Amino acid sequence: MSVGRIATWAVLLVVVAASLGANYLAPGGYVKQYREEADARPSRQHWLGTDEIGRDRFARVLYGTRISLLLAPAAALLSTLMAALIGGLAGYLGGMWARAAMAVTDLFLSLPWLFLLITVRALLPLNVSPAVSVMVTFSMLGLLGWTSAARVLCTTAGALRNSDFVRQARASGMRGTRLFWVHVIPNLTPVLYAQFWISIPAFILSEANLGILGLGVTEPMPSWGTLLRELEGLVSVGEEPWKFVPLILLVVVVTSFQILLSNQNNEVVA
Amino acid sequence: MGWRVARHGLTIVAVVLLGGLLSATMVRLAPGFDSDEEQLDPRLNAESVRALRQARADQHNIFRYYFHSIERAVHGDLGVSISLSQPVTRLLRQRLPLTLRLVGIGLLLSWSLALALALSASWLRLSAYDAFTTAISGTFLCIPAAVLALLSVLWSVPGSLAIAMIVFPHVYRYARNFLAKSFALPHMVTARAKGISELRILFWHAVPVVAPQLLAVAGVSVSIAIGAAIPVETLCGLAGIGQLAWQAAISRDLPLLTNITILVTLATLLANSSADLLGHALRGHEA
Repeated sequence: MSVGRIATWAVLLVVVAASLGANYLAPGGYVKQYREEADARPSRQHWLGTDEIGRDRFARVLYGTRISLLLAPAAALLSTLMAALIGGLAGYLGGMWARAAMAVTDLFLSLPWLFLLITVRALLPLNVSPAVSVMVTFSMLGLLGWTSAARVLCTTAGALRNSDFVRQARASGMRGTRLFWVHVIPNLTPVLYAQFWISIPAFILSEANLGILGLGVTEPMPSWGTLLRELEGLVSVGEEPWKFVPLILLVVVVTSFQILLSNQNNEVVA
Repeated sequence: MGWRVARHGLTIVAVVLLGGLLSATMVRLAPGFDSDEEQLDPRLNAESVRALRQARADQHNIFRYYFHSIERAVHGDLGVSISLSQPVTRLLRQRLPLTLRLVGIGLLLSWSLALALALSASWLRLSAYDAFTTAISGTFLCIPAAVLALLSVLWSVPGSLAIAMIVFPHVYRYARNFLAKSFALPHMVTARAKGISELRILFWHAVPVVAPQLLAVAGVSVSIAIGAAIPVETLCGLAGIGQLAWQAAISRDLPLLTNITILVTLATLLANSSADLLGHALRGHEA
């Protein structure tokens, strides 16, 4: 493992550990208001100051990171499973099923990702509890993000269907679901693995976009998207630079995922 | 070639119609579709409320509604926006030029920057410069589109620049990879061994090889730019199609959202199909 890769993993682990330890690092929680210190600058008590209603920004960043970093992989897992089921199964069955799956993916891919995401989210209930808004946002990402991977999987599974070892298994009497789970799915694992890792940073960015537009996680629950909404009221960059901490953290985490992905791709090519 | 164009045309028509139906179905099934704030007005009597409900009654059967919409659209009538109480045709006509200008300038800027950086990195072949350009594009790739829109407001830069910065890293990444791969081809290695200058190799041998692939990326970049126009126009307060799409989605405006979806799908498919056909023509010409 290269030094860069180790450093990247270390950065990610520190961020994940800090977010998981939010209860200890910021015992005040993300909802508690310090009304006498609203919109305060960074201090010993509040490392990143407080927001306009007096909530500790450091605590909100930690809890927001936890939500984004735990639920983006969950959404990625959901989209990967859907891609495996729809794309893999359609490719394995071939014929009409493969054509239907391709038509559906074509339809979804013909709409720009942000347009689709914003439209679908806006059509879902907006006036819901924070916990429900978290589930709705990340479930939607998982349920809509499977299309491009399904396309790749459909083609790969189609090629596997006609491969020698599958034909031999079929000739030996293996049929249907057993053949699919025992021989096709294990050979799709590298594509599924890649899809899972690609989806995580994509979903983190998508949630941030939705949050800034007011369609993501609802207050008072923090997420990177809701935290970035604070940038909307900024007058200049130099005035309150600590408000950029969530953005810097998001860029660092997404960059780390991109570096790990590119290293992984290089290893596959090598 | 004629058969290929016809096939693309048929696919576009089918996908656009399905896209519109999908959008209409989503709006119809959305919670609160049937309710209207006006119905809660205490000054309205039962008859007025019934009249308001009746106004939306034709939208209950989504297939019938969609079929009638298509029928009217053929005659140039795209219906009336529920939330803005204006003909959809007029709204689209008013807002389309701004979005076209934003997306057009954004694409031009992004492609110029991406190609300048990718070509110079391929020509100079300096690892430090390569790392620098990759780091710049990588950073922009990791910033949410909406944040770039907010920063453009903060720094008072045009929205088209925000769109350019959203599209640029995607184009750069592909262009750089295609060029790097083309430089490893046997005839490039031979050309270098023969002492041909790097600049000549780049423009005479590498660029023609990667041109069809870059055309495919051009199609995809149009889709990214159209998607980016939504947060940019919404957050920068620009009255374009992106902002209209946002308003239509928020207010569950069925006629407006269906037409915008059709328009967006059509633009994306036309860009991708044109890129595909041009790429095919280019490859055929080379062969």
